[in-house]
This record gives sequence, structure tokens and C-alpha cells, in this order.
Amino acid sequence: MTDPLPTDSAAAEDLTRPVGRIRFMDAQAVNLDGFAVADPALGLVALASPGDPEPSIVIVDGVVVELDGKRADEFDSIDAFIAAHGLDVTVAEAAMAMSDVELARLAVDPNVPRAEVVRLCAGLTPAKLTRVLAMLRPAELTMAMTKLRARRTPSNQAHVTNRLDDPMLLAADAATAAAFGFRELETTVPVLADAPSNAVAVTIGAAVGSPGVLVQCSVEEAAELELGMRGLVSYAETVSLYGTEQVFTDGDDTPWSKAFLTSAYASRGIKMRVSSGGGAEALMGGAEGASMLYLEARCVALARAMGAEGVQNGGIDAAAVAGSVPRGVRSLMAENVMVMMRNLEACTGNDALMSESHVRRTSRTLPIFLAGSDYVCSGFGSIQRYDNMFGPSQWNAEDFDDFLAMQRDWGVDAGMRTASADDVAALRRRAAEAVRAVYHYTGLADYDDAHLELVVDAAGSKDIGDPDTFTTLTAARTIMESGFTVIDVIRALYESGFDVEAERALAMVRERVKGDYLQTAAIFDEQMNVLSLVTDPNDYAGPGTGYEPTPARQTQIDAIRQQRTVEDLRREQRSAAGAPFRVVGPAAPGTDPREVVIGLSPATGRDLWKAMSGLSVHEVLDELLAGLEEEGCVARIVRVNNTVDLGLIGLTAARLSGSGIGIGLQAKGTALIHRRDLPPLGNLELYSIAPIVTRELYRTMGANAGRHAKGATPVAARNPYTDEAIEARYHTTVVALVAIERGHCDPGAPTEEVTRDA
Amino acid sequence: MPDDDSATRAWSGKRLADLTLAAVVAGDVSVDDLRIHPDTLEHQAQVAEAHANPQLAQNFRRAAELTGLDDHDVLRIYEALRPHRSSVDDLVVLARWLDDRGAHRNATLVREAAVVYERRGLVR
Repeated sequence: MTDPLPTDSAAAEDLTRPVGRIRFMDAQAVNLDGFAVADPALGLVALASPGDPEPSIVIVDGVVVELDGKRADEFDSIDAFIAAHGLDVTVAEAAMAMSDVELARLAVDPNVPRAEVVRLCAGLTPAKLTRVLAMLRPAELTMAMTKLRARRTPSNQAHVTNRLDDPMLLAADAATAAAFGFRELETTVPVLADAPSNAVAVTIGAAVGSPGVLVQCSVEEAAELELGMRGLVSYAETVSLYGTEQVFTDGDDTPWSKAFLTSAYASRGIKMRVSSGGGAEALMGGAEGASMLYLEARCVALARAMGAEGVQNGGIDAAAVAGSVPRGVRSLMAENVMVMMRNLEACTGNDALMSESHVRRTSRTLPIFLAGSDYVCSGFGSIQRYDNMFGPSQWNAEDFDDFLAMQRDWGVDAGMRTASADDVAALRRRAAEAVRAVYHYTGLADYDDAHLELVVDAAGSKDIGDPDTFTTLTAARTIMESGFTVIDVIRALYESGFDVEAERALAMVRERVKGDYLQTAAIFDEQMNVLSLVTDPNDYAGPGTGYEPTPARQTQIDAIRQQRTVEDLRREQRSAAGAPFRVVGPAAPGTDPREVVIGLSPATGRDLWKAMSGLSVHEVLDELLAGLEEEGCVARIVRVNNTVDLGLIGLTAARLSGSGIGIGLQAKGTALIHRRDLPPLGNLELYSIAPIVTRELYRTMGANAGRHAKGATPVAARNPYTDEAIEARYHTTVVALVAIERGHCDPGAPTEEVTRDA
Repeated sequence: MPDDDSATRAWSGKRLADLTLAAVVAGDVSVDDLRIHPDTLEHQAQVAEAHANPQLAQNFRRAAELTGLDDHDVLRIYEALRPHRSSVDDLVVLARWLDDRGAHRNATLVREAAVVYERRGLVR
């Protein structure tokens, strides 16, 4: 990732060119990101702008007649809707009279119940809430999010899309996403007309992956509603709000049309949240001089006024715009906390990729990840970046294991879990088969076995060849024109032998009739229990309270598939066992001045057979012996049984050696040359980085030991160097290897002479 | 109100307990059997109110009024409320149409929109 420095000679003569250290910095990934000087006139300002209004409210006879400095006759459509529906006039005057800092402290203080914060915030205007949120520092935002999110149990949402809209791949990837723990799946299309097919495919894949996974297909508002009415999706999210009237209108909606749409979804028993996010107005050239946080405060107030159960915000499509200005990332998190203070479900961004830098994108997500959110990501790209038809996400298939390791590092639940290789393979196959069966049964399309096999194994759509995308388009058109509904899906699943999935799909539509999942922040667990503000309210009130993973869930978080025990390592080492070392007898001192003794560690040739470089113990010895032979030296091998310390092993060997020179070798591959008159921790040569010691270096060490024995000058051997995280790769193995060495170590046991003749 | 499956009814009147896989396979379930009943939405409205969100409750009550409308009409009303789609008169007529179907909360919403749309230049 670090490109070499440009050093052409013409450039070198350019005196205006920055020095190499600066050129080196310029070449780092973070400098592909855009950074903007704050510019309030363009809305390129995060937490506060001179253009933000002074907070105010005037209520006459229960009616809001002034809001944030504007009289009723000056209200734009957003003000008008908020004034008419969004504020609790019984609490507004008292709440607005409180100072910003007083309210900010209530948001953070664990001794103040969430309900009290919610009660007061219901009376705060957008400008007031902006100022309160702008006061919270990052760690305070983290505390506030921990306490104020609606649902106690955190969760996460994933994108499932691909470049081809291939239904079998969509289903396999939906099942995969469900297997990795995502409880909401969002799909969309590169080709709009494919949408019905995508909705069907992801719904089937989700049902294969797990019971209770919610599915949406993000397309144009009316089309999305129609998919919902047919039962082909179970929630909606991309109902967009904007913070200025102009941009709102450009988006072809008004607060009233969106409020109606919100009710339309509820009227069919479909969960719906709205979508907004800082920077969107600036991106569309319509910020009207206001800060990103203030415009978003208007969106969040409007969302509550409309009666939406939740908000997806925190930048979303314009996250990179927010990220470009000072305190922009902080503002994104403040938006999320604002949603929680308004008593709504928060789907907390970490959606569109906001940086080319892995460090910056991790930094942007981390506080939310630690605090826990109703959905940590409002679109974790469960597929590879190139397959994400929303554009690459902040987190993608490339990052599954990073995210899982981060959960484990911090011991937090960010909504993911590990899935075994076998489970993933089985689920992908079943999902692909289920879609194929449903498409065949309903006459939508037919797919052959070759395609199925490609889909099961595919890491992305580039691995499934070049299927005929017209098939998908035709299937989608048939779905739209034939009045195809979820009932057709359920029946086809059942008739094709997918009874379990038919039951799961039916269970999701039965939930529409019950309506409990329309409540704030509702998801289903795998037993189809609704977890929401109502059934699973966040009860955080300081250390020892609030959400804590159950032991079973903690095990899921901890038990990533890469973890190893000492026993795993012992098995692996035993499977690498080579020719046995035969014990000749107790080791006696030698007298030959050309003799060099090689001392082995206690477990070498017993439990341990393979060095960390991948060379076998025998291969290492072969090289050492060859080097000694080059120098005309005689070698003898002993196993030192009373210590695991390499210095003492080498010194023991040296003291037994006729020349007084010995080589110490641990099974893991670390080696040194010792001399009988040196202190234990002194030595002549040490190859300490065992994983990267090569055959050639061991041979050089053998030869050098021989030269020391003869009093000749050794060849200068350099310890190999690497800039890789060598300790991260190998230290766990070292701990296990040393534990095994120690298991064979006996302080009273004599050093024994061994031979390798088979 | 319904907290157990047996008492809950779909919009069509079918009991939730009868929404079984066997019934689907037998062809005894239509999309209308998977639609939520207005009484259930009223129940959810009360739950939302009890959890400090009267706006969510209002939404559920508006939704309850819409349960009886065809999908086509729901989509038509949404379209009419989008910017520059309707005149004030169109919206007044639409409000009356909603009143005639007992959708008084939605009618009020449309009348409110008509006033603001006219003042803010959002009418056709």
C-alpha cells in the first residue's frame, strides 16, 4: 500500500518540490481523501454555523406560533410540519428554558433515566437540540449512545447486492449474511426493473439463513411500497428526508407526502424508518448557510413529527462530505444520538465508505461500535466492495474477520457472529437451491447445475462467469405483471421441499398481522421474539447495568474461527512428526577440538517437529550440520532436558563440546551460538526471529559455529528483518510452543545424547 | 386487545391462528389475509403512546384508516401529495374523498397540506 517515492531526476531538480518525508506522507492512502476548509456559506460546517438560528419557541393556546426565530407565517413546509406535529407543547417551554449544558449533562449522566431525557427532548426545537449535541465530546457521545439507544440488544444491518442481480447469488449471500448475524438485509439494484426479483431472492435467502431476518429492497418510493404490499419485503428504510425545503422538494416529496407514505407502510403492517444524514444538503448545493448538524436536527424532528419509528442517519450517502470538515465525524455520531434522544430507532450510518484509509474508517466507526446501537451499521456491505450496488460500504465482506476480531478484542456485541466454513457452504447451497426451485416452480426462470455450483463457491459475482441477465429481467417482469406475492413464494418453497423456509417466510408475514414489530427499534431474534423499545428497552444506568451479552452470545463473540488452543497446536505438530531421535545415553563431555555440540530443547523430536518458519526440525539440523561439515567440524547432538531457556541450552551444549562452542536450538527455530566461558545470557550469534530464518541462514550459522570452534573469522550474518506484524502472527504460537517445551522440561533430568540415524 | 395469536385477526377477518402453512398450500390464504387489521393498529397506537411517542401513535391511527383502502388508492394519494402534483382544489376533493371513507385523520392531513402547499408554492 506504500508506493515507492517518485524520484525521477527532473523532479529532483525542482526546488519547489516538497522534501522526501513530505512526498512520502503525501503518498499515503489517507491523502486520497478530500479535506475541506470549513465554509458555512456552502454548508461545509459540522456542528454550528453563523447561519443556524437562535433556538426559540412561542406557544399560544397550545399552538406553536414561533419556532427557532421564525413566526408561523414565515414557516417553510418543514417548520410547519414540525410545529404542527413534532413538539410536546406541554413540556416545550420548560425544556427550552434549560441551559444547553444542563441538557447535555442529562444526556450523559447515568443517574438520569433515559425516559426523563426523552420527555424533555420532546419539547426541544431543532436549533436547541443542535446546541445540546454540539456540547458533547466524543467520549460523552459514546456514553450518551450507550444510555439512550432505544433497544437494549445491539444489532446490525447488511447490504446484499451484486452487479448482475443474479437471484441465486443474492440468495446465497443473503443466507451468508444471516449466518454471520445480520438481522436486517437491504438489497437494491443496478437495473431498476430487476427489483422484484431481488426482493424475492433475498427474502428466500434470508429465510434459509435464519428465522426472523427482515428484508428490504431499496428503490423508488412508490415501487418500494408496492413490493411491500405484496409481502415481498418486510421493512422499508430509504424514505429520504432533507433539512431544507428546497432539497426536500427536489427530492420530489414534502413532509406531508412522506408522512402519508409512513402511514401507508404501517397500514400494510410493514416496518418503516426514514433516512437522512448530514452533508446531504451541502452535497446538493442547498444547505442555505446552515450547519450539517442543524439541518439534520430538522430531519430528525420531522421524522418524529411524521410518526416514523426510526431514522437511518449519520452521513449515509454524504458521509464523506461530513468527514471532510473539522469535527465532521463527531457530528455524524451526534446525529445518531439525537435520534435516540427523540425516542426513535437509530440506524447509525457507518454505511457509505467515507475514507480510503483503513485507519480513518475504523476511527469513524469505533465509538458507535463500542457504545452499541440499534444497528451499528445501516448497511454493512456483506458482499465484496465491487458487488455493492449502493457503492462500497464503510465495512464490507473484506472486513468480516476484522469486525469479528474487533468485537472479540473489546468484548462488545456489534451484531456479528462467526459462522463455520461448513455452515456457510451448506447454507449457500440450500439458498441457491431454494431460489432455483421457487423460480422453476413458479415459471420465472430455470438455472442449471453448473450455475448453482459456481454460486455456492463464489466469493463475488466475478466468480460466476457471465450469466444471461435477461433471465433475471424477465423473471422480474413476470413477478410484476402476474400479481406474484409472498404467498406464491411460500407455496413454491413448500411444494419444492423447503418446508422450513416456507414456515419462516410465513412467520414473517404473520408478524405483519400482529404488528408488534412496527414498534420502535424492533427486530426479531431467532426464536421470532420481537426485541424493541417495548419488549427489550435499554435500561443502562451505569456500570453493572444495561446490555450484557448472554454467556451463549459471549461465546459467539469470543469463539472466532481462527482461535487455537495449545492442544490444536500439539496435534498440528504431531502430524508433522519426522524420523525419531534415538537416545544414546547421558551426554558426556567431548575432547575433540573440532567438535561442536548442538543442544536441542526438551520437546524437540518429542511433541515438537516443525519450526515457525515451516522448516522441519530435521531440515534445520540438516543445514546446521552441513555448515559445520563445510568447516571440517564434527557435530554431536544432545537434548537438554532441564531448561527451556535457549541461552542455557546453548551454554550446556558448549560446555559438553570439545571445542567449547555449542549451538542451542529450540523447536520453534530460534537458534544461537554459545561458548563455554560466556555467561548464560551472553552469546556469539542469535537468530531471534524464528519465523523468517531460512535454510541458508541456518547453514551460515553452522559454518560460523565451525569457524568459532577453529578460531577463524565468522561470516557476518545479518538477522533477517521484516516490517510485518511478526509478533501478531506468531506470539500466540510461541506461548503454546513454550508451554509444550515446558511440559517436557524436568529440572532433575540429565542432558542426553541423541542420534538421528533412522 | 390481542396479545395472543388466537385473538388477532387479519384485515380480512381471518384469525391469525388460521394462517398456517397448510392453509397457504391449500390455497385458502390470500394477500388480504396477511394485511393488518385496524384494531391491531389501534392497539399498537396505545402501546406507542404508553412508550412516550404520541406521534408514532398518530401514525398508526392514520394507518388504521388506510387499511381499508386499495393498494391502488393508497399509491394514488401518495402521488397526489407529492410536490406540484395537485391544486388546492384537488387536495380539498381528496380530503373529502377520505372523509367519505371514514379516513378523517388522513383527510385532516391532506387539508393541512393544502394550506401549506399554497403558501409555499408546492401546488400544481
